Amino acid sequence: MPGPMVHKFKFNNLNIVLDVNSGAVHVVSGLGWIIIDLMEKGHKEEEIQEKLNSNYDSREVIRVLQEIKELKERELLFSEDYTQDYSRPPEHIVKALCFHVAHDCNMTCSYCFAGKGAFGGIKSKMSREVAFKGIDFLIENSGSRKNCEIDFFGGEPLLNFSLVRETVEYARKREKEAGKEFNFTLTTNGVLLEKEVMDYLNEEGFSVVLSLDGRREINDRVRTLGGKGSYDYVVPKYLSFIEKREHKDYFIRGTYTRHNLDFSEDLKHLVNLGFKSISLEPVVASPELPYALQEEDLPITYQQYDKIADLCQQFSSTSKSFSFFHFNLDLSQGPCIKKRLSGCGAGTEYLALSPEGDLYPCHQFVGKQEFLMGNVLQDLCYDHSLYNKFLKVDINSKEDCRRCWAKFFCGGGCHANAYNFNSDLYRPYGLGCNLEKKRLECALGLQAYSYLD
Amino acid sequence: MEQRHIKTINLMDLKASLHKGGCGECQTSCQSACKTSCTVGNQICQKENNEQKK
Repeated sequence: MPGPMVHKFKFNNLNIVLDVNSGAVHVVSGLGWIIIDLMEKGHKEEEIQEKLNSNYDSREVIRVLQEIKELKERELLFSEDYTQDYSRPPEHIVKALCFHVAHDCNMTCSYCFAGKGAFGGIKSKMSREVAFKGIDFLIENSGSRKNCEIDFFGGEPLLNFSLVRETVEYARKREKEAGKEFNFTLTTNGVLLEKEVMDYLNEEGFSVVLSLDGRREINDRVRTLGGKGSYDYVVPKYLSFIEKREHKDYFIRGTYTRHNLDFSEDLKHLVNLGFKSISLEPVVASPELPYALQEEDLPITYQQYDKIADLCQQFSSTSKSFSFFHFNLDLSQGPCIKKRLSGCGAGTEYLALSPEGDLYPCHQFVGKQEFLMGNVLQDLCYDHSLYNKFLKVDINSKEDCRRCWAKFFCGGGCHANAYNFNSDLYRPYGLGCNLEKKRLECALGLQAYSYLD
Repeated sequence: MEQRHIKTINLMDLKASLHKGGCGECQTSCQSACKTSCTVGNQICQKENNEQKK
């Protein structure tokens, strides 16, 4: 069982030490770094003093040891793991549903994990009956939770925009009597983002995720529309849209692949266009595909994240300041430890609803028959054995996660990636883990700099 | 005053949140922006958010 755990890393010229169990982050001197390293390796105080006395001022060594002792007493360094006995209770509460309102798409992006929108099935659109039952399902199964979430997803959800409107109207009507508050998100490729749609989404307080990969040539190589690139078509729409919503509640969401391993340039491009909330995600693809990321690409991707961190600092307090999704950390508190242990909530508090009314653990499991959890047209129940299966998959149940320093920030990784790459929910997708760890080091490093400023 | 060798930049009390957390009102992490990977550390605690608004 992992006991105390620290993670030491260098970020530019800072020595940073994360105490994993408490979440405390320390910036340490060179001597502090050496002593913490020795302690991590099991050396006692007397041994450390003896080892260092010939090369370091003994008074400084004693000072560091005293500081470490104080931090240990306050449970901020080498703190114990207190989560080992915790297991998530089977509350059977579902509070978020991803509505696949259209299994169809007006674009033909070559890397799409949804198989051009149809998720390996036939092209279809969700009916009113399924959507309304989906709302009923959420009200029925969200127990005491007040905040419920609906993400309109696809394919391309705006291909079924009339249903989005009807569903929101129905949810608004039902939320009052049910004592709920629905929050809506819509993920779109932007092609059908006309003025009427923009106004509607803004008025209804939607959060939006807008797909765009960065530079024109990068975007247009993959994200195509009628045989042509989509960049020139969607960028003006996005700019007008975010202007109208005063830059609130949106993310420009790009995907990077092996074809643009210099993706910090795409980030820079998006910032220069005027976007301020940006998420760039590594492509999820089978390793044999030419655009799939490979282990050997990791060093260059790490450099790219360092460059993005540099840009964050460089543009901070200027008109170009931006937020990068994976670098947003709230080190003062953020989510509670229970959330951190449980991760994304797929299969437990979060499910996906297909156009046919089928329920799956999340959008990435849609179409996989072994993960079918129910159908809202039949009843408003779902498969509790699959629920229990996902409930058990938390950080402490996964060997790789239990020993990982990043566990309380990442939450155990994506279940779908674990299943797709390793055929095992308990074995996280290693390449994704490495990228996540690098992003977290950058995020923690940026926090350290802003603290020292 | 002597410069400290170890500067703690945050005072996150994760341990306390084992007892007082878990209300479940926060956003589901994958819904917010990524859809293909997972990060929980960058989520906002809804409870804390509501308390700040009061």
